[in-house]
Amino acid sequence: MVHPFLFLEWLEHQLHLHIGNHVTYTWLVMALLILVAILIKRSIKTVPTGLQNFLEPVIDGIDNMIEEIMGPKGKAYFPLLATIAFFILVSNLIALIPGFFPPTANLNTNAAMALTVFAMTHIIGLKEHGIGYFKHFCGPVIWLAPLIIPIEIVGHLARPLSLTLRLFGNMYGHEIVLMVFFALVPFLVPLPMMIMGVLVAFIQTFVFMLLAMIYIAGSLEEAH
Amino acid sequence: MEFFAWCVIAAGIGMGLGSFGTGIGQGIAISKAVEGVARNPGASGKIMTIMLIGLAMIESLGIYVFVVAMIILFANPFTETVLQIVG
Repeated sequence: MVHPFLFLEWLEHQLHLHIGNHVTYTWLVMALLILVAILIKRSIKTVPTGLQNFLEPVIDGIDNMIEEIMGPKGKAYFPLLATIAFFILVSNLIALIPGFFPPTANLNTNAAMALTVFAMTHIIGLKEHGIGYFKHFCGPVIWLAPLIIPIEIVGHLARPLSLTLRLFGNMYGHEIVLMVFFALVPFLVPLPMMIMGVLVAFIQTFVFMLLAMIYIAGSLEEAH
Repeated sequence: MEFFAWCVIAAGIGMGLGSFGTGIGQGIAISKAVEGVARNPGASGKIMTIMLIGLAMIESLGIYVFVVAMIILFANPFTETVLQIVG
């Protein structure tokens, strides 16, 4: 149950293509982000004006959060985390504009991002500790390892699943609630839900980014 | 056809039970966080971060129930079998 008229779906239909809404709207969000990035980069100044003024505190905030949660080693992973955060935020927020479909209300987009984070945590762990990374899975004492390893494996596999389903459920649920309210009383009644939607968009972005940070920080630290 | 009526009932009851537990859990978490901020307003930033992580974790339980309810309603794996049996 999505918005009844999606303009990119209509465009796709006119061109006789079969791509899928989540992919076309992902492209739209990507194009938007790249465009803004290029615009900012062309007119970057020491004394910020306009759009740069708005984006600098955001970047600064993410930077401070990484410093706080992951320590100085986490700085290297700023591009990954900030990209994910911006992509999710913009995708979530376009859900509130009629005619737009949030790419995050589809399992495939979210699974792609969650699996990226999942793969990155293990790649970073292997890069940081070498073969000693497997000590992370063995627990504190070596003779407990047969017990701990299955638990750790299940715990690690649950991470991408919960990251995917959390974002998907929130965004899709919000879409359904909006459409149901819209079908019942189209005038003014869906408005409170839309305000909730803004809140949910920001909180889910925050949570996804924070959990990605915590997972990466977990593989950066020494095994105990 | 009664099968589908029961499916809708199951989705509704499941969602209700899921949100019941999730609501209680989140309520407890938020009340403790508010208590913490009231005692030590200086630590509000840290408490906020931890609370949001915790809330997201608790919320995912409710979200799992929601996803299962949606699967029951819109992508029921037994639809074709039941329709074949009914004919």
